[in-house]
Amino acid sequence: MSRTDPLRHIPRPPRPSALSNALTFGWRAVLKFRHVPEQLFDLVMTPLMFTLLFTFVFGGALAGSTGDYLQFFLPGILVQTVAFNAVYSGMGLSTDLGKGLFDRFRSLPIWPLSPFAGLIVGDLLRHLIAGAIILGIGLTLGYRPEAGPPGVVAAFLLLLVIGFGLGWVFIVLGLLIRTPTTVMTLGFTVLFPVVFASNIMVQPETMPDWLRAFVAVNPVSLMTTAMRGLMAGTATAADIAQALLAPALLTALLAPLTLWLYRRR
Amino acid sequence: MPDSTTTDLTAQAQTAAAPAIRTRGLVKRFGAFEAVAGIDLEVPRGMIFAILGPNGAGKTTLMRMLATLARPDAGTAEVMGHDLATRPDEVRASIAMTGQFASLDEDLTGRENLVFLARLWGFGRQAARRRADELFAAFELTDARHRQVKDYSGGMRRRLDIAASLIVTPGVLFLDEPTTGLDPTARQGVWRMIRRLSRSGVTVLLTTQYLEEADQLAERIAVIDRGRKIAEGTSRELKAATGSGFLHVTLAEAAQLDRAAALLEERLAMPVQRSPEGARLSVMARTPEAATAALGALAAEGLGLEDFAMGAPSLEEVFFALTGTPAPQTEDAP
Ligand SMILES: Nc1ncnc2c1ncn2[C@@H]1O[C@H](COP(=O)(O)OP(=O)(O)OP(=O)(O)O)[C@@H](O)[C@H]1O
Ligand SMILES: [Mg+2]
Repeated sequence: MSRTDPLRHIPRPPRPSALSNALTFGWRAVLKFRHVPEQLFDLVMTPLMFTLLFTFVFGGALAGSTGDYLQFFLPGILVQTVAFNAVYSGMGLSTDLGKGLFDRFRSLPIWPLSPFAGLIVGDLLRHLIAGAIILGIGLTLGYRPEAGPPGVVAAFLLLLVIGFGLGWVFIVLGLLIRTPTTVMTLGFTVLFPVVFASNIMVQPETMPDWLRAFVAVNPVSLMTTAMRGLMAGTATAADIAQALLAPALLTALLAPLTLWLYRRR
Repeated sequence: MPDSTTTDLTAQAQTAAAPAIRTRGLVKRFGAFEAVAGIDLEVPRGMIFAILGPNGAGKTTLMRMLATLARPDAGTAEVMGHDLATRPDEVRASIAMTGQFASLDEDLTGRENLVFLARLWGFGRQAARRRADELFAAFELTDARHRQVKDYSGGMRRRLDIAASLIVTPGVLFLDEPTTGLDPTARQGVWRMIRRLSRSGVTVLLTTQYLEEADQLAERIAVIDRGRKIAEGTSRELKAATGSGFLHVTLAEAAQLDRAAALLEERLAMPVQRSPEGARLSVMARTPEAATAALGALAAEGLGLEDFAMGAPSLEEVFFALTGTPAPQTEDAP
């Protein structure tokens, strides 16, 4: 310990901007991705199994042929993928909070929301990668987006916005619940009904009236409809606006709540 | 301490004179339970100050309040002249805390952890790397810097965690049990580091499970128990205040231990400590006369002694006498 004296008073750099703090956290998220590529496995396996099972087991019965079903099902499974991914992100936050890492962040003079900016960057990256893998598998199996690459790009942009909005739900759960597995259980308990009672897997025509009424207003259905429309080139402005409603509302409500929960001590 | 984030010169002049830490009646409740029940503390700048107390005394809670991680329910506190309640950001800019539990990202390499924190403090990319490497050299971790933290040993992790608090030199460094789990060599290393920091003007507030550590390192010690400060002073003052000495007796027959302990307790009106390994009892005696009388009483009861001695109390015995709790850690002081 004699070569350099790291304990001398080194000149302090000027306080960085909120944006710089947020980007630094984003960089950490990217690094984590490099170090733990296994996490992709968690993210991709569930939607992959759903895609394969639904297409080949139920596809013929539900849509006449597996090819037709895949065409119907794939945009929706992307929404489901993003929703499930968000649960893992909430678990990650709950784990980090339990470890004292966030204590370090909270005792630093930084923009208080920047740790969450990093979390969100990581989430968006995960959504993008998982979405691309599912789409790639879909394309291999015969899925064809009628609107071509521009449609796919537009759909993925919408997907990221959806992921961003849903992300807040699980950030809040992660902040509230100390046990990561409880975050997961609770997350899936909330998600399963909204994901299944939607138009992702089946057309709602055969459902009882009360359920059909729910499916029609279920934000997941609205998102799925818009995703299908964008991929097929048939989306209306109203479709997109309806799909954006829930993410916008969630962000407006939960981002301030996140800050409040985080600063509460 | 010059602080580039503070530009207001009058504010700087005001804060320059204040002690590093000053608290008045600090309280933290969890439900109806008072974890910290009104603590007054004054820590001058540049001092190494130890907080000693049994498990659950409120040490961590007190420190977390001072590091802006927990909000006091009552009382006031200033850190480096900044009010905790109204100026938390200024407080954060002048402190660093290494908590009881590691606050590192296990998935990243050691170097990435430090570069990341340096970037948060505002260092440019190059400067951040340089600073990280300096700290790695100083903490003798250079060989491990490209390994993921999850592959570090407990001692390496602890050192990295402390290094992470020194990216910029803090005005006050909070160390919650900085050497718990370290081997004696690593512990000495951390002690050297703490002394050097203190010489360069950093105020260090530490909690410890090792009485030896407080004895060796700290200029002043506050003993807290059940959320209250029950004593404060230098190690020597604490020992002097506890009493003139301790009577240590070794019984000839271990079977008579209980009777002897009861008798000593009755005679000297002080709690008796038993050595874990055998027939030795220690008890505080207010005066040598009291000790002699107690020894006489043992003899009168037919309780034979193998050996007895009067000695100054160790800090451990001070701790016991003050808190009525056996010292938290006895077997592995270096
Ligand atoms: N978040 C919390 N909720 C409820 N009770 C708490 C909380 N944090 C601490 N306590 C309680 O407050 C008391 C003081 O805890 P604290 O962690 O400050 O003790 P400590 O002196 O640091 O103990 P140790 O030596 O074991 O680290 C304990 O009884 C503990 O159970
Ligand atoms: Mg503690």
